[in-house]
Amino acid sequence: MTDSQQESTVGRRTLSRRHLLLGGAAAGVGAAVAVGVDLVQRSGGETGLPAPEFYPTGNDTEPFYGTHQSGVMTSPQAHVTLIAYDLLPGTSREGVERMLRLLTDDAAKLTLGSAALADTEPELAVVPARLTVTVGFGPELVKRVNPAALPEWLTPLPAFNRDSLADEWSGGDLLIQVGSDDPLTVSHTVRMLSKDLRAFATRRWAQSGFRRALSSESPGTTMRNLFGQVDGTVNPAADTEDFDTVVWQGDGAGWMAGGTSFVLRRIAMNLDTWDKLDRSGREQAMGRNLKNGAPLTGTKEHDEPDFEAKTSLGFPVISDISHVRRARSENTHERIFRRGYNYDEAIGDGHDSNAGLLFISFQANPTTQFVPLQKRLDELDLMNEWITHIGSVVVAIPPGCTEGGFIGETLFR
Amino acid sequence: MYTRSLTLTALVAAGLLALSGCSSTPTPVETTAVAADALTVSDAWIKASDTGMTGAFGELNNSSATDITVVAASSDAAATVELHEVITGDDGNSLMQQKEGGFVVPAEGTHALEPGADHLMFMELTDKLEPGQTVSITLELSDGSTVKIEAPVKQYAGANESYAPGHGEPTDGSDSSMDNESTEH
Repeated sequence: MTDSQQESTVGRRTLSRRHLLLGGAAAGVGAAVAVGVDLVQRSGGETGLPAPEFYPTGNDTEPFYGTHQSGVMTSPQAHVTLIAYDLLPGTSREGVERMLRLLTDDAAKLTLGSAALADTEPELAVVPARLTVTVGFGPELVKRVNPAALPEWLTPLPAFNRDSLADEWSGGDLLIQVGSDDPLTVSHTVRMLSKDLRAFATRRWAQSGFRRALSSESPGTTMRNLFGQVDGTVNPAADTEDFDTVVWQGDGAGWMAGGTSFVLRRIAMNLDTWDKLDRSGREQAMGRNLKNGAPLTGTKEHDEPDFEAKTSLGFPVISDISHVRRARSENTHERIFRRGYNYDEAIGDGHDSNAGLLFISFQANPTTQFVPLQKRLDELDLMNEWITHIGSVVVAIPPGCTEGGFIGETLFR
Repeated sequence: MYTRSLTLTALVAAGLLALSGCSSTPTPVETTAVAADALTVSDAWIKASDTGMTGAFGELNNSSATDITVVAASSDAAATVELHEVITGDDGNSLMQQKEGGFVVPAEGTHALEPGADHLMFMELTDKLEPGQTVSITLELSDGSTVKIEAPVKQYAGANESYAPGHGEPTDGSDSSMDNESTEH
């Protein structure tokens, strides 16, 4: 390894390059000086034009330690894999602690772009690309550690009439959400964590999802699902009081203070029958237009829908049984934070698609915030014609931890 | 294109080094210096095992201007801990044996302990080592000073080298490799 390569590695590990270029606080004087020198050196090139700029975003990192776990408020990465595990019968409270310490150590190292301990492919660890590892507990894990600490809401969702749930997409004692803008990083991280979990648990299922690739569109653009719809317009903004209220558990929540709940609904979308529907039918079903996701009574995505507006014939512009209308509650407590992904997988016989949505939501209390909402949609929603819920998961996302601690430590106190 | 970012990073790294250089005063090496003060171990870990023997790994870092030699190691987790190296035997297979003269960590340098190379060999484990446990290991240096480290136990499929003939073969007739799997029961 040459000196310059070595220095480059040091630079990468120490500071996120994007932070350096934005003149972030972390970079300080050294970076500003370096940028200045670099520009001076470059300005006298043959053409006199600045060189095209290329900055690998793979070195960007998200924090691991903190009040909350990353991967909730984190701006969604392009790729996600969710894995659920069932604890082995012999994994006791003490075993769960050992397992969580290993997971924490792996996750802390990998999110920084460092190999995990005993990582057999350390070269795959050096591109974190905003890697986050989020750990969630099913009821069984909480019971193994401290049965008295089981939150009332930590239970499978009630059965909804239209549910067609498969075991292979539902449940689990331990859930791990691995997100990154680089799918190779996701794969390596899942592999590393899986090896460390072998002694404690067996894998129950794995589900992967994707959004637009990094930098394909402006940051903050609302996701599109595979029906072509803008999906997730009504969402509390990160780092706001509203987000805190909707998502995080408060100080009174005991070991869960600073944590949240995670709901996953695997929603199969029938692209074949959706194809038969014309554009205006699609927009009526949703209550929003397809062009930019604006409500049918508005022009911009974030315009408030006007449910009172009537057509010249006296019908509501936004149908009373459209998705937007049915999802809206008069009770402002019944709100959630969505962070979903698309899936598109191997095709089964007789179909041209096996695609859908990993509907993922975070909310302080799934029973009082998510369930009423889903109950209304289950009862009546034009979109139900083309979608089927085939998987369901609820886990507790414990708060974050500080260096030296481990995710879930508050459950052991 | 790529050159630019490399240049930038290199400069930044150089800047940081220069800054850190300003803030610390070089310490002259004295003959009375204790080697243990200059030796740290990073990323230490030990392979999970139910019984018998296992290996421990990590990176030894020497911050002093003098070479440091690790001459022995011990742990409550094993009856004995040996310093091992892995060599290629006459038949081309990898074999492990005790390392003559111990592990030399060069001045201001590092020495890696890793599967398939130099490592700490735990013999006759006192109890099974389960994933996620922490094991204390004491390294003894050539000047008699000691360094204590904590190593988490990790499940690991590799590090299955066999013994070179006449080197540390178990006397109880058990498998002489480090291929031990540990699972919760």
